[in-house]
Amino acid sequence: MSQVNFQHHQHAHCESGVTANLLAYEGLHQVTEPLAFGIGAGLFFAHIPFLKVSGTPGSTFRSWPGSIFKRVTNSLGIDVSTQRFSSPEKAMAALDEVLERGKPAGMLSSVYYLPYLPEAFRFHFNAHNLVAFGKENGVYNISDPVLEEAATILPEDLAKARFAKGTPEPRGFMYYIKNVPADIDLRTAIKKGIKKNAFLMLSPPLPWFGINAIFLLAKKIRKYPQQLTPRQAQLYLGNIIRMQEEIGTGGAGFRFLYAAFLQEASELMKRDDLAELAVELTSIGDEWRNFAYSAARQMKARKTDLVSYDELGDMLVSIGNREKDFFKRLDKLKW
Amino acid sequence: MKVNEVPQDSRDFRGGEKLKKLVYAVDKDGKYTGVNSAGWEAENFATRQAWDAVDEALAETEAKVKAGELSPIAYYMQKSLMDKALLAKYVDKWGWQVSRHMKPSVFQRLGRPMLEKYAAVFNITVDELLSFGK
Repeated sequence: MSQVNFQHHQHAHCESGVTANLLAYEGLHQVTEPLAFGIGAGLFFAHIPFLKVSGTPGSTFRSWPGSIFKRVTNSLGIDVSTQRFSSPEKAMAALDEVLERGKPAGMLSSVYYLPYLPEAFRFHFNAHNLVAFGKENGVYNISDPVLEEAATILPEDLAKARFAKGTPEPRGFMYYIKNVPADIDLRTAIKKGIKKNAFLMLSPPLPWFGINAIFLLAKKIRKYPQQLTPRQAQLYLGNIIRMQEEIGTGGAGFRFLYAAFLQEASELMKRDDLAELAVELTSIGDEWRNFAYSAARQMKARKTDLVSYDELGDMLVSIGNREKDFFKRLDKLKW
Repeated sequence: MKVNEVPQDSRDFRGGEKLKKLVYAVDKDGKYTGVNSAGWEAENFATRQAWDAVDEALAETEAKVKAGELSPIAYYMQKSLMDKALLAKYVDKWGWQVSRHMKPSVFQRLGRPMLEKYAAVFNITVDELLSFGK
């Protein structure tokens, strides 16, 4: 039996939530979820039409799994361990060993194999983060940031979740904090996180990533009525909404989370320009919500109305232009 | 999004009402704060529709299995929300091999170890796999 005195807190996004919970356990309560998300440069957009997920084109509103934890601990000079494993047996043995040493461990998992989640959410989504903080009578204590309370899971279920197949494959990915320095420099980390996020959104020369991908999706949506059956068009739209809203609070949610980060950063660094940018991003987040709302209405109408798909495209172009301007302003901040 | 605009449309299907996600919203002083949300109509609609699509496809496949056009593997694959590529990865086979196993004539000749592999992935017994649709 191993038990860690771990405090579970609910958060908006799994990875920034896990990062904040793990840091709080080490006494770094000042790193809130929004700060973890911002320092970890968690905001992103990608639309990859040829990467089909359950038959619909893949979109994401977040950065690559594992990158938030990595960037936050890197920027703050925190010593961590990250490991992938060749077999479930080795991965579970390594987890038990870490728990016995009194460390909570973060892991990547597939939502599909987590029985404590309601069925409504359980699709094959392999980039979900959670923390195991104890093992009692053969059952693991789990802190899953999307839940209000801590949960439990059987070893065989956790092993399945850690070794789910598909895109991406977690391969048992496990991470924990080894040592925390006496002093952490939040300001430098915030500055680095902002620069990194602006770079990620603005610079990729490929059409599938960052701001470019918003315009790409706008172009694609306009063609849905010509290229797809009404049923397919409906499912494609539905998938965008689900990636935006449901899975880890999605596009609009992430914009609000990043705006919360900018607000906290503006107080910490005594900079009004960051607070102004937070207000702008809140308004962009509202526009994303409006887009999702209109897309859902279009789905309900069950017809491939050219005008409406064009309108959805226009909304995305407007969002893309505003985000481009927003990230350029972020990029040009003088420090 | 303001605190009073945080949607509270219950996600009342497949246990979804049990989870109240945390979202960030702006309070009356313009400060961000965490608020629990029961769900949002637009999102509920998209999720429900994704599940409806699963149910429809499943009913179609069930009929085909019963008519002897497809093997039970096709049914349980969809029930597990997988496609051929994903199922192939789980059973360490190529996609075309999984496609073959979906032919009733090939399925009948599958060896015990292969059947056990499929049953394990689908979280059912070999008997359940063999008897489905009969």
